[in-house]
Amino acid sequence: MQLNREALTRAYRQMKLIREFEERLHEEIQTGEIAGFTHLYCGQEAVAVGVCEHLTERDKIVSTHRGHGHCLAKGCDVEGMMKEIWGSQEGLCNGKGGSMHIADIDKGMLGANGIVGAGAPIAVGAALSNKIDGPDENGKLAVAIAFSGDGACNQGTTFEAMNLAVVTKAPAIFVFENNHYSEHTGVDYAVGTRQDIASRAEAFGMKVWRADGTDFFSVYDTFRDVLEYVRVPGNGPAAVEFDTERFFGHFEGDPQRYRGDGELDRLRAERDCLKIFRKSVTGAALLDHADLDIVDADALKAIEDAVTASRAAARPAPENVLDNVYISY
Amino acid sequence: MAKLMYRDAIRNTIFQEMQRDSRVVVLGEDVVGGMGTAGGPEAIGGIWSTSTGFYDAFGPDRVIDTPISESAIMGAAGGLALAGKRPVAEIMFADFIGVCMDQLWNQIAKFRYMFGGKSICPAVIRMPCGAGYNAAAQHSQMISQFVTNMPGIKVVMPATPADACGLLRQAIRDDDPVVFLEHKFLYAMSGEVPDDPDFTIPFGHARLARAGQDATIVASGMMVGYAETAADDLARDGIGCDVIDLRTTSPLDEEAILDSVEVTGRAVIVDEAPPRCSLATDISALIAQKAFASLKAPVEMVTPPHTPVPFARELESAYLPSPAKIAAAVRKTLEYR
Repeated sequence: MQLNREALTRAYRQMKLIREFEERLHEEIQTGEIAGFTHLYCGQEAVAVGVCEHLTERDKIVSTHRGHGHCLAKGCDVEGMMKEIWGSQEGLCNGKGGSMHIADIDKGMLGANGIVGAGAPIAVGAALSNKIDGPDENGKLAVAIAFSGDGACNQGTTFEAMNLAVVTKAPAIFVFENNHYSEHTGVDYAVGTRQDIASRAEAFGMKVWRADGTDFFSVYDTFRDVLEYVRVPGNGPAAVEFDTERFFGHFEGDPQRYRGDGELDRLRAERDCLKIFRKSVTGAALLDHADLDIVDADALKAIEDAVTASRAAARPAPENVLDNVYISY
Repeated sequence: MAKLMYRDAIRNTIFQEMQRDSRVVVLGEDVVGGMGTAGGPEAIGGIWSTSTGFYDAFGPDRVIDTPISESAIMGAAGGLALAGKRPVAEIMFADFIGVCMDQLWNQIAKFRYMFGGKSICPAVIRMPCGAGYNAAAQHSQMISQFVTNMPGIKVVMPATPADACGLLRQAIRDDDPVVFLEHKFLYAMSGEVPDDPDFTIPFGHARLARAGQDATIVASGMMVGYAETAADDLARDGIGCDVIDLRTTSPLDEEAILDSVEVTGRAVIVDEAPPRCSLATDISALIAQKAFASLKAPVEMVTPPHTPVPFARELESAYLPSPAKIAAAVRKTLEYR
């Protein structure tokens, strides 16, 4: 741990903000107020934050259908995101995208994605762009990150992207979040290499790392090494696999009949990255409970404000369906 | 003006745009050719000779020779475009669109709209397409019907070297994704091409390739030349035809088609794609909807049959539209009643 109080507090705030964002959506979706499909990131917060806390605005990320955590961690506006999920004209994408297509190009967030495995080639393209732009004054390249789950690791697009990145030495990082479920199917069944995704990336010729995705410090420290490697011109891509947990279903409404008895209670008790973080930093006397309680209250308020603003936000007008098209017939 | 082949017009235009704008990059399979071989880079220079010399001039960062990975090529073009570059990607044969459809249809085509206009996606996807080389069912197809149907994509079908130049330069400078359908059989076609390094042709403006009062022939790509031959044959019999070269199928120049049909009252649509849910059916519907009162005869369509592209010379010739088939269709409209 090399983080000072301020950085630790910031990391915790980011994780807590994601947690409260998702917990609140879980409630709001059940009222029927929010339309469409939503996939919650609860449980995986340490990965998004442990990765994105290292990044600058020059670095790009490409996300997944479970993208809210990545968006918030990369700096997307909480209220703009909530309004987008509410389908408001004031949302980040004017209500055109919704939960699965949030993007904020200026922040280096090149889009969540509704197609499993589709993000990896796009991230390689962004990485090639970084390579063309060349290193900064410190001789370091900007990187592009493809967040992928254990489901996406079975898609051919992911294989193609990994190989292209290796042969072009693109500064791309493949972050595999193994939450043990591809939709409703276990990783033991669907991933031929069982609990091992990183070895696939290794077989494509890149350096790989593995870490516990429920421990922020494990993610953060591991990713620092990954990033240091990929930022060096000529090194090319790398991959890292984080072992993590998903606290909700594949989508909101998923009955989760595939879960074992008491599994979710056990995960919440033993594998909750926020609890683990709190225990770790208070145990080491880096922050105390009172500090963290203040962050908790702030996060809750930020979400409450975002929901209130989303309810009051302008709705799209029917004619807005033809915004951002080059022609209509 | 310089006399250039269609393929050289394409090559020179990309080269000039790469010189002009450092954001323009090229990627695709064997666009360098020879990478990792004894022959070395540029041993081939692109199988269509449309990227010869690029690698030596611009280097490996901007001339990206890719593995055989169409989804990665298409997706990387999308990522490059979102990150501020102007990629010109080559899908070696348009038929391979099947391999990378998701990255085109669900990703590149939708970014601008899906992200609420917060991004542009200036990617050019070059797809050599079409029949005529006996390359059989998986290397000969016309795919205009798929891409014209995709909201968010602009679709270009140049029929001459000059148009290949002016339309490609427009495509590279355009902020929207463009599918550029180069007809393989036109690569060796020669024609005058303007020297002006800023020569562009705006999208959505058809070209009147022949003018006549008796019938309207609508065509695109290689079919334009066939339609011109048919029109010239018919002219010898005193039958005058407008030949409308669409240039772009999206946006479509509806006005050019309708204005012509209002004068001639007869329309023949020539399309290299299979007959259903195609440009031919679409333009026929357009004419039925918006020029019904002008029609003196039913609209005729000249298309291949509803089959894969066959291999044997006799069969491919039978499959493709031809000047004779187009002329016969025009005569049919004239003989109606």
